[in-house]
Amino acid sequence: MNFEISKEPINTQAVIDKVVQREAGAITTFIGTVRELTHGKKTLFLVYEAYEPMAVKKLEQIGNEIKDKWAGAEVAITHRVGKLDITDIAVVIAVSTPHRNDAYEANRYAIERIKEIVPIWKKEHWEDGEEWIGNQLETVAYPSGKPEESDLNE
Amino acid sequence: MNKIMLFAHLRDEAGAEYIELQAEGKTVADVKELIAEKYNLTKLDSTMSAINEEFAEDDEVIQKGDIIAFIPPVSGG
Repeated sequence: MNFEISKEPINTQAVIDKVVQREAGAITTFIGTVRELTHGKKTLFLVYEAYEPMAVKKLEQIGNEIKDKWAGAEVAITHRVGKLDITDIAVVIAVSTPHRNDAYEANRYAIERIKEIVPIWKKEHWEDGEEWIGNQLETVAYPSGKPEESDLNE
Repeated sequence: MNKIMLFAHLRDEAGAEYIELQAEGKTVADVKELIAEKYNLTKLDSTMSAINEEFAEDDEVIQKGDIIAFIPPVSGG
């Protein structure tokens, strides 16, 4: 169970422990947390929702993509759902590889892919309202309004 | 019957987590149009679709028992 959606707070060490391997010379851990201010606007709390069975499949797909791109990599990802307060942990990504550069690169790849293909949404709650947040990739990844075939099956 | 799963703003607009519909033989685009009208759903043009938990194109034809999901732009992480 290296890829999970969790309704409970994430135990970061438990995610890291899943990628421990004798061949590894490095483990990188990304911890995504709930930020209070976005462009000066104050968030009170967030609610994350997932299409859970598909989200788990897509996290597994990201893990497989990483193993193809970086030899010897092990990957574990847990994403939280439900109501999260400021500073709470939304996602933990752990990657181990034989050499450190690969561990950094592969971990970065994982978070960017999550923002492209994993069916998870966040609803921002502010003092004056609430809104489901759409694609936050500042790269404008989908000029056609959706991922291209190559994005989905890379 | 087919189960049509809704998420994020679509779920709020429809007031339901899913809709049951006879969609066999219809395309994904047909179903989009149908439910957009019936439930006043917005921004469906930027919504991705999935059949049985895998991304699907608009012209794919729905089979008996398929589970359809409409997936607004994602914002995990």
